[in-house]
Amino acid sequence: MSRTIDITLTVNGESVAATVPSRINLVDFLRNTLQLTGSHVGCEHGVCGACTLTVNGETVRGCLMLAVQADGADVQTVEGLADSGRSAALQAAFTRRNALQCGFCTPGMLASAIGYIDAGGAPDRKAIREHISGNYCRCTGYQSIVDAICDLIEEARA
Amino acid sequence: MKAPDFDYLRPANLADAIALLVQHDGDAMPLAGGQSLMPMMNFRVAAPGALVDLVDVAELRGVTVEDATLRIGAMTRYVDLMNDNDVCKAAPLIGMALPHVAHDAIRNRGTLGGSLALADAAAEMPAVMLVLDAAFEIAGPGGTRIIKADKFFLGHYETALAEDELITAIHIPVATPDHSFGFHELTQRHGDYALAGVAVSRTNSTYRCAFFGVADRALRVAELEAALSDGSDIADALHHLSAIDFADDTKANAATRQRLAGVALTRAIEGMQT
Amino acid sequence: MTGPATIFDKPNRYIGQPSPRADASRLLQGRGQFVDDIVLPRMLHAAFVRSPHAHATILSIDVEDARAMPGVIAIYTGADLAEHVTPYVGVLTHLTGLRSAPQYPLAIDVARWQGEPIVIVIAASRALAEDAAELVLVDFEELPAIVDTEMALDADTPVIHSEFDSNLAWERDVVAGDIDAAFADPDVQVVERKFVFGRHTGVTLETRGTVCNYDPAEDQLTVHYSGQAPHMMQFIFAKHLDLSEENVRVISNDVGGSFGIKIHTYGDEIATAVAAKLLKRPVKFIADRFESFVTDIHARDHIVEARMGVKKDGTIVGIDFDDLTGIGPFSMYPRTSAIECNQVLNLTGAPYALENYRAKGRVVFQNKTLMCQYRAVGHPIAMAICDGLVEDAARAIGMDPVGMRLRNLMSDDSYPRASATGMKLDDLSHHKALNKLTDIMNYEGLRADQATNRKNGIYRGIGFVSMIEVTNPSPMFYGIGGAPIASQDGATVRLDASGALHVSSSITEQGQGTNAILAQIAAGVFGVNLDRVKVTTGDTATTPYGGGTWASRGAGIGGEAMLQAAQALKDQVLDVAAVMLQSSVDKLDIQNGAITDLDGTLRLPLADLARTVYYRGNELPSDLNPELIATRHYRVTDFPFVFTNGAMAAHVEVDTATGFVKVLHFWAVEDCGRVINPMLVDEQIRGGVVQGIGGALYEECHYSPEGQMLNATMADYMVPMAAEMPDITIAHIETPTKTSVLGAKGAGEAGTGGAPAAILNAVNDALSPMGASIWQMPMTPERILNALDQS
Repeated sequence: MSRTIDITLTVNGESVAATVPSRINLVDFLRNTLQLTGSHVGCEHGVCGACTLTVNGETVRGCLMLAVQADGADVQTVEGLADSGRSAALQAAFTRRNALQCGFCTPGMLASAIGYIDAGGAPDRKAIREHISGNYCRCTGYQSIVDAICDLIEEARA
Repeated sequence: MKAPDFDYLRPANLADAIALLVQHDGDAMPLAGGQSLMPMMNFRVAAPGALVDLVDVAELRGVTVEDATLRIGAMTRYVDLMNDNDVCKAAPLIGMALPHVAHDAIRNRGTLGGSLALADAAAEMPAVMLVLDAAFEIAGPGGTRIIKADKFFLGHYETALAEDELITAIHIPVATPDHSFGFHELTQRHGDYALAGVAVSRTNSTYRCAFFGVADRALRVAELEAALSDGSDIADALHHLSAIDFADDTKANAATRQRLAGVALTRAIEGMQT
Repeated sequence: MTGPATIFDKPNRYIGQPSPRADASRLLQGRGQFVDDIVLPRMLHAAFVRSPHAHATILSIDVEDARAMPGVIAIYTGADLAEHVTPYVGVLTHLTGLRSAPQYPLAIDVARWQGEPIVIVIAASRALAEDAAELVLVDFEELPAIVDTEMALDADTPVIHSEFDSNLAWERDVVAGDIDAAFADPDVQVVERKFVFGRHTGVTLETRGTVCNYDPAEDQLTVHYSGQAPHMMQFIFAKHLDLSEENVRVISNDVGGSFGIKIHTYGDEIATAVAAKLLKRPVKFIADRFESFVTDIHARDHIVEARMGVKKDGTIVGIDFDDLTGIGPFSMYPRTSAIECNQVLNLTGAPYALENYRAKGRVVFQNKTLMCQYRAVGHPIAMAICDGLVEDAARAIGMDPVGMRLRNLMSDDSYPRASATGMKLDDLSHHKALNKLTDIMNYEGLRADQATNRKNGIYRGIGFVSMIEVTNPSPMFYGIGGAPIASQDGATVRLDASGALHVSSSITEQGQGTNAILAQIAAGVFGVNLDRVKVTTGDTATTPYGGGTWASRGAGIGGEAMLQAAQALKDQVLDVAAVMLQSSVDKLDIQNGAITDLDGTLRLPLADLARTVYYRGNELPSDLNPELIATRHYRVTDFPFVFTNGAMAAHVEVDTATGFVKVLHFWAVEDCGRVINPMLVDEQIRGGVVQGIGGALYEECHYSPEGQMLNATMADYMVPMAAEMPDITIAHIETPTKTSVLGAKGAGEAGTGGAPAAILNAVNDALSPMGASIWQMPMTPERILNALDQS
């Protein structure tokens, strides 16, 4: 019985030990406790996708997961994707296509995109649109994002 | 929208999980995938004093096929169902429905048992279970019991589960070559809750259809099924839809929902292999 | 010496290029700095108790139990704060007759919309503040809620503000020519429709928020702001918190989308600043999504009865309409809730050569969320009314909608001229745009495709809009009415010792690429490489004084100021170079970061020049006074607004069994004058179009009869997501505005302004074989099915 719990997890390849309130969700833990502010909060009910990040290699909504549920997990945030170089090609594609404007949806969008690419997704615009259909973007209208992901997959296949 | 405080409990087995629910006397809620519970808590419409995390309860996991029955552990995630060959072969209807369930980040956490226990009227899985004639294994302080899907979904977020009971597994008769399945969901946006949706099976000429997103729960209409099974035109059979008390909300009123339910059924049946 | 007028004699190295944004990389690496990313020492967190009722008397507030909760530092009611903040009234003198009541940041005595903040709770964390807020007891007595726009002015409808005789906030009539005589002509057919536009809202992905910090030692308030107009907010905080303006610093860094939402005065943000001042500690408030839905400004709630008269030959003789719009219980401060209606009155029909016009606009108070400027303010309504009727009339007389437009659009060589509504227009290209549009979309091919599909029971539709858009506004928009809103902007350009250019500007960045185009203009005009330009925007302490980014004014006004400042600095640097090189300014240039001959031959790297000036002034003649910094300001003087024009088309398919609409493709031909970065303009248009599609098909704030918003979640309020959105093809025409050297107009809002009309027309074109039509947005499946039923 506890309102605070000790957890240990890996975040962006680094081992982290923390004592967390049971109620804090994963994205708030990352942002406020670990100061990894790259992941964003948009709705706190799992619909907008802004908080999408990767846990144990799978995309999750950081607002719908408790930090305590990430005990023992391997978490990767947008900072980790960048610092490790894993998102470098995707960043270049997004920059070339201006697939971001305000940047608020971008970390979640990158996590979703990487999920698609890593699963061997095809450079099929309809499939890409469906895959990112859980990530709300108000700025771009989505086309440039689809272009960037398509570009990258086509380049990799060439 | 920060969740209210609660005690976080993580039992190691089913008996402990049930004991905790009993001990908290209605003030504890089971935590499965959390994809529906967490939004409720963030909105503070759910404020349990304790959450009982079922993640370590091994009895709730595992997918097996035995004696022509597919047994799915309640804590099986949607993504696991999508990737499981046994499930795809034994219950193809599940595979037809799953791509419509929200988005992959939700499917990576959400569980079948959690969806069924919540019984959101717009969710796909309750309707799929009704069509598959599923039975749910329930565990509680008094022991275990089996409840058929037909008897499980009672109303808006209301099921036959008692406060201190958990679904432990879902039993589904394995599909045979006589079975064909159909599924159609009408949403304005991919992954939305359905405006109207239907899951259909046909065994020889006997139809089972379960609607979701249209009323206070997933439901079948016996007269409609009888009409279809008797060989009625779909258009004629649709008159029986009026037996449903269709829901009214900002997206569609009852009349529209009835109409859309008819279109969904028509398209689901048209999409079935003959 | 190259004078400013010759800047564009040859292609510019950067201006006009699709250069990628420097800001992209840090945003992609998760290194953005949004307001919620800010953590200050001893920072506290605010949560609010808000009215659950649309209209209620506040009988009492009991905070005792809340105060005792863990982590609570302070709780303030409206009465507590009223001693420290003055109320505000959202009126401007040039909107004659506009009235509104004083508004306090926290409601006092009466709550007038669901969501109005009543009590602010300050605690050690947001979660603890929310825990305490739950224990605040407010005793309400409900009052009748005014939620039906059409009944708001009925004699027996209660008046929200007892000091007024009715719920009318403002009305205005615009008359030109003689509409009754024009419509009475036997050759004229009149088409008439009642349009209903659903109230909707911006849904910025980053919600509103602020971190306010007050330093009593310096009487200094620092506001970390997510918004578009820092100088305006500086004035507002200073005025209402009784601080000197120079002691208020407003800093806007990364903004996660604004679209006009974050340009208004929100009581919860003002209350946060007051709390910071009282507590002498930083206080953070971040709206959650529910709070956003019920407090972010709403917009576009209009009921319009409109008529258009056309002759048999397709000539439009006039437009006559009555626009009734429901706002909130107050007119929003300081931009007012009347501007949107005023734009509808001013802009409807403005692309067309028509002589007769009559428009009545009435703005009524309601007990709903406040309403104010949201991207494309008024344009979606104005363009939908006119172009909806154009295509309705075209169908009525059997004329092709493109042909009808070509007959009536102002011809490209007829400027300068005024619209029937009195808008001064110049440098527009309606015909060129429409012809280019039909070309790139293969109009004939689409019509053939439509005919073939109809035979198979598939109903596709093509719809157009020819539009104008307000950009680059002069003081006529706000300043003349008494608003503390700058209509001029400034830019400073500074050459540093290393040869880099530091530039600052009073326009602001919300992701559209403001910083990028400022850098491109500075680099392109001055002569350094783009990656040597560092841009500062958004901070009232370090930028010139100006208006910020809104009404598509950034590129045209801020860009011109930057051009002139860069040119001025270039002249100043060449003066120094001429002396140092014993040459003359007419023989020198600046290219690639160096002083060069006119043919580009390297003479002296800028860093060498700069270091000499800064460190070794002894090497320079004592009568030479090098000035390696220049500031210029710019405002539009020739016109109240600089209009752009566009022609857009939508191709849709309507599923007549379900009422679902699929947008197959969208095209936009935009003339925004000189394009500084075509990639950024394209993306602004795309984003704007999708936002417009939202209003056309999905988005509406639904209210119960008691004034409760029914769909205040991301699941229930539908915004466009990727799977349903079309690819959007864009083409440009560049008719530079003569009002500036840069010649750039604005481009940020056109997509949103035009798309709803095009989608409306496309849907009606699809439905026309059935004799059905729809005049209400959003065009939901239910409404389309109803329209089909009624045919």
